[in-house]
Amino acid sequence: MSLTKPAINKQAIVSQLLPFSCVDGPGSRLVLFLQGCNYQCKNCHNPHTIGLCDGCGDCIATCPDKALTLIKANNKHQIHWDKDRCSQCDTCLAVCPQQANPKVTRYTVEEILAIIHHQRHFINGITVSGGEASLQLPFIIELFKAIKASPQLSQLTCMLDTNGSLSLTGWHKLLPFLDGAMVDLKAWQKETHRYITGRDNHAVFKSIELLAQQQKLYEVRLLHIPGITDFEQGIDALSCYLLRLGANTRVKLNAFHHHGVVDEALTWPSCTQTDIEALASSLTQRGLTNIVLPSIYL
Amino acid sequence: MLLQDKLMQIVTNPLLSPKQKSNYLALEAEASLPYLPISTEVKAAMNGGVICDMFEGHTPFKPRYVLPDYARYLEQGSEYLELVPAQNLDEALNALTILYHHVPSVTNIPVYLGQLDDILMPFVEGMDADVLYRKLKLFWIMLDRTLPDAFMHVNIGPTDNIVCRTLLRIDAELKQVAPNLTFMYDPAVTPDELLQIAATNICHCSKPHIANYPLHASAFDKRGFGIVSCYNALPLAGGANTLVRLNLKEVALKATSINDFFERVLPYYCSLTFELIEARSAFLHQESHFFDSFLVKEQLIDESRFAPMFGIYGMAEAVNILQALMTNETNTSSQSNKPTGYGHSMDANQLGYRISAALDSIVKSTPVTYGYHGRALLHSQGGISLDKDVTPGVRIPYGTEPNPIAHIQALALHHQYYTAGISDILTIDETVKSNPQAMFQLCKAALELGFREFTANVASNDLMRVTGYMVKRSDIEAFKQCGSRLNTTGLGAEAAQNTGILQRQARVIAHEHSPCVVN
Repeated sequence: MSLTKPAINKQAIVSQLLPFSCVDGPGSRLVLFLQGCNYQCKNCHNPHTIGLCDGCGDCIATCPDKALTLIKANNKHQIHWDKDRCSQCDTCLAVCPQQANPKVTRYTVEEILAIIHHQRHFINGITVSGGEASLQLPFIIELFKAIKASPQLSQLTCMLDTNGSLSLTGWHKLLPFLDGAMVDLKAWQKETHRYITGRDNHAVFKSIELLAQQQKLYEVRLLHIPGITDFEQGIDALSCYLLRLGANTRVKLNAFHHHGVVDEALTWPSCTQTDIEALASSLTQRGLTNIVLPSIYL
Repeated sequence: MLLQDKLMQIVTNPLLSPKQKSNYLALEAEASLPYLPISTEVKAAMNGGVICDMFEGHTPFKPRYVLPDYARYLEQGSEYLELVPAQNLDEALNALTILYHHVPSVTNIPVYLGQLDDILMPFVEGMDADVLYRKLKLFWIMLDRTLPDAFMHVNIGPTDNIVCRTLLRIDAELKQVAPNLTFMYDPAVTPDELLQIAATNICHCSKPHIANYPLHASAFDKRGFGIVSCYNALPLAGGANTLVRLNLKEVALKATSINDFFERVLPYYCSLTFELIEARSAFLHQESHFFDSFLVKEQLIDESRFAPMFGIYGMAEAVNILQALMTNETNTSSQSNKPTGYGHSMDANQLGYRISAALDSIVKSTPVTYGYHGRALLHSQGGISLDKDVTPGVRIPYGTEPNPIAHIQALALHHQYYTAGISDILTIDETVKSNPQAMFQLCKAALELGFREFTANVASNDLMRVTGYMVKRSDIEAFKQCGSRLNTTGLGAEAAQNTGILQRQARVIAHEHSPCVVN
């Protein structure tokens, strides 16, 4: 993307836009799910949001609705998805060799602003999620900056849902326009983290600490997978760490389940309400006061 | 079936209580009288399912809905009931309990219990908050156990006061089916924090409904209005003498084109609806002697404040039928999977608004003998348990509702036309329970956009809304085995079987991309 291009024309690759969500931050929120992730979590609940389409075209012939076609844009092969023909059968996701998703939409900042404008009275803010949203940081910065600059939208909070892998330099660019972030801490020990995600968790700790220090850490999320994650083994150190961020740090516990999961993780046990409550009570006993439990268990 | 066989079936029914049997026997007795004199055209329209008298009976001897002026009653006492004016809260609650048993309605149980915070506030000054809580809680339990009908409606708000807050607290604690509850909201008067309490209650028990106070108040005169039964807005100290409803789906099926619908078919069936309204209200006002009641003599109601309700339903089907006519006319075919039809496509929604506007203009320009300022009041009717393949009022059909924001945006423009009330039910999945701020925001925006009434159903709640009234999901399951203490559960069970109401789509938030527990 050329640097001289007006910022408002910056594009994002969006796998889904939800006009209303009540589980992605405070209040009612519009959520943008950006395509592409730099982790390879074994337990990913949306594995088709990890890859980016390389235009190989393998999915085209399998589409029963003929909603996919190969086009050339900027001299590169791209899949064009006809939303109106698509019946959402997800065959294309199943056959994709890249864990990618041909059903993406490219939105400019301006287009997203128009959508937000149309429903601004119904929402408390917007959340950008993924995939890993921070991989499309320039778009997010321009979007949040434009929201904060608009008299009719500036009351909306701008939040980021992230795996915490963004560099400190990246965070410093975003912070002036960010109201808060939800950060996943996928495991306590770096070996466990590497086993689950393919990457270590050094950057995640750095991100969490910076956000807490800047009063922009909305919540730390722990996805509990009994027998796989190591929150229980590291409970003392983990609690100590979270307490150092502030005793009132909001810790959201999520329960692992099999919906959307593929391969090895399907052999892992689902997390029950009892499992979650045990973890919650361990954290509470160690002084954490703001633990949030799942509202439903699958 | 012979009348006697029907009566025997009721008398020996293992699921009905003696009182419920008496009610059904009375209905059968009235139904055995010849119907009021009506023209063959009206009769044909009724038999064909185009016009429906809501099973109010062949010879109406009581109004459909009565809204007594309870404030006046507490102030003046009652000669007929031999009661002096209430002096304290105990006397006021006792006096109300007595009068409730003398207020008729189509259900034989009062549909309106009063603007309770306004009428009780004069009696609570200086009272300890705990004492007030205990007294009102007993009152609330009494209402549910002795007048077990979810059509029975209490109003509170828009002002911030201790009775209003205490009732909201009690209602959330008890989660009873009865009474139904409307909270009036006025952005100029109601603090956001109080609306947030009401919105949080909705997350826990799908009550209260939030009424757009300024919008309703401007539709009625200074003496005021009340919200009763299934969100009917009616004049206070008056009510509805009858409700006749028009099935827009059936009307649309008789049209040969959109023009034919607007120019010939709709006006014709509206005129038949008015004929039935005239016949029914004439009998009530002239023959039944209802208005000789002490309620009139003691000025708790005023005959001139009763209006017929002109109800409509099946808007969604009507629009889709008319749009199909248009598609056939232009002979375009499409293989698109794009969501079309009522509630989804802009064209369909526009056609819907046009129908509502046409109905509004017909109802506002047609004089009636017994009306509010000489007119009937237009109402988007919330359905009855016998309805099959036709959607209540102007609602979007069950299971096809778009996301809550698009849902509200699609329906908001209808609300201006339905003076006597409109009930749209927003189904929101249970994750909203831990985020009541989201409910608050949806509610506030909906009212800002012109919703007269905001009603939400939280999907996993045991308490749920069927058409316009509340039933317990577990009661529906249990009813077939053992009957129910509540009169409306039977209707709910019937409605669940006939209308696919249990299939109403709960919004799955971020189903694929962020299953809510994991995100």
